[in-house]
Amino acid sequence: MASLRDIKTRITSTKKTSQITKAMQMVSASKLNKAEMSAKAFVPYMEKIQDVVASIAAGSSDVSNPMMMARPVKKTAYLVITSDRGLVGGYNSNILRTVMAKINERHTSSDEFVILSVGRKGRDFFAKKGYNIIESSIGLPDHPAFADIKEITRKAVGMFADGTYDEVYMYYNHYVSAISQEVTEKKVLPLTDIQPTGSTASYEFDPSAEAILEVLLPQYAESLIFGALLDGKASEHAASMTAMKSATDNASELIGDLTLVYNRARQAAITQEITEIVGGAAALE
Amino acid sequence: MKTITVNIVTPDGPVYDSEVSMVIAVTATGEMGVLPGHIPTVAPLGIGAVRLKKENSTELVAVSGGFLEIRPEKVTILAQSAETATEIDLARAQESAKRAEALLQARKDEIDYKRAELALKRAMNRINVYEGNI
Repeated sequence: MASLRDIKTRITSTKKTSQITKAMQMVSASKLNKAEMSAKAFVPYMEKIQDVVASIAAGSSDVSNPMMMARPVKKTAYLVITSDRGLVGGYNSNILRTVMAKINERHTSSDEFVILSVGRKGRDFFAKKGYNIIESSIGLPDHPAFADIKEITRKAVGMFADGTYDEVYMYYNHYVSAISQEVTEKKVLPLTDIQPTGSTASYEFDPSAEAILEVLLPQYAESLIFGALLDGKASEHAASMTAMKSATDNASELIGDLTLVYNRARQAAITQEITEIVGGAAALE
Repeated sequence: MKTITVNIVTPDGPVYDSEVSMVIAVTATGEMGVLPGHIPTVAPLGIGAVRLKKENSTELVAVSGGFLEIRPEKVTILAQSAETATEIDLARAQESAKRAEALLQARKDEIDYKRAELALKRAMNRINVYEGNI
């Protein structure tokens, strides 16, 4: 049995750990709040752009744009959104597992696809596998503004336009609630199914529908990616919060158990001492 | 006086929402003035200032990249970035103007040149809006 002092040390160190996890939990909670707000702030932009794209696409059936045309797929791009750091529970492993399953199902050789990774965890994972990572972005702020991620969205859309790859799938954790996030697969490009969100009005186009689509579609694709990033960030904070909460709970359970053991050991020591005194006194009589 | 609702939305959230009597924006084909009751129109926006005329004042908003959606009673401007004159960080705009100018002087390759040109345009636009000389 461990000595009294050993148990005491363990209790103290577990308490310290739980203080840290508790603090991290609260930090994540406040970050989650903010991330939810920025995700909400993005909704009007997304809805509007979707509306307009859908109404142009629906209104004029003869309008075609390379970004809306499915072409024979020689190369597929996987845009994987992970976090930069760990301590987020199953957040990263869930995504990476899903992506690996899809890749193994769809491809036989690693020449058929490329990886675009956001977040250090994803980059490290795919680099270890030896996959072709053509673009990676790490060190995104906790609350990304559109300007922060413009570079990667521009490249992701640009490389589709210039034929580096022929379709783009995006993987991220969709934020359902603070305790549940869902790995989501979304086809970003080509834009074959654009659903109108509300009533579509018929518009005049200045200068022409084609010219507008040319400007609009890359922006639309970019905002799809931005939306996923915001969603992913919210999920990351939520996952981190949940992970830290269960760590704190486990720590307090452990502290409870250890305290019990400690008290027992202390009581045993006292009892033994009394027995010895009593035994000593009895021997003197 | 008849008014029209103007909404300026960016991916980072709404920037402006108000009733005005006239909207003047720089589109890809030139300047466009919008009065209440305009026919539904969509036009891509260039880098420039959106002028929002109220009864006896004019407000300026610097926008770049995006488009303009007009309905008879409402104008929605979807821009990748938009700032009202009071939100503009002048020091930052001047900084990036300088950087872009240096890049233009260096004249490396075509793509960099174009990007620097656009960056310079955006920075100049911000400075102009901040100073209010459009």
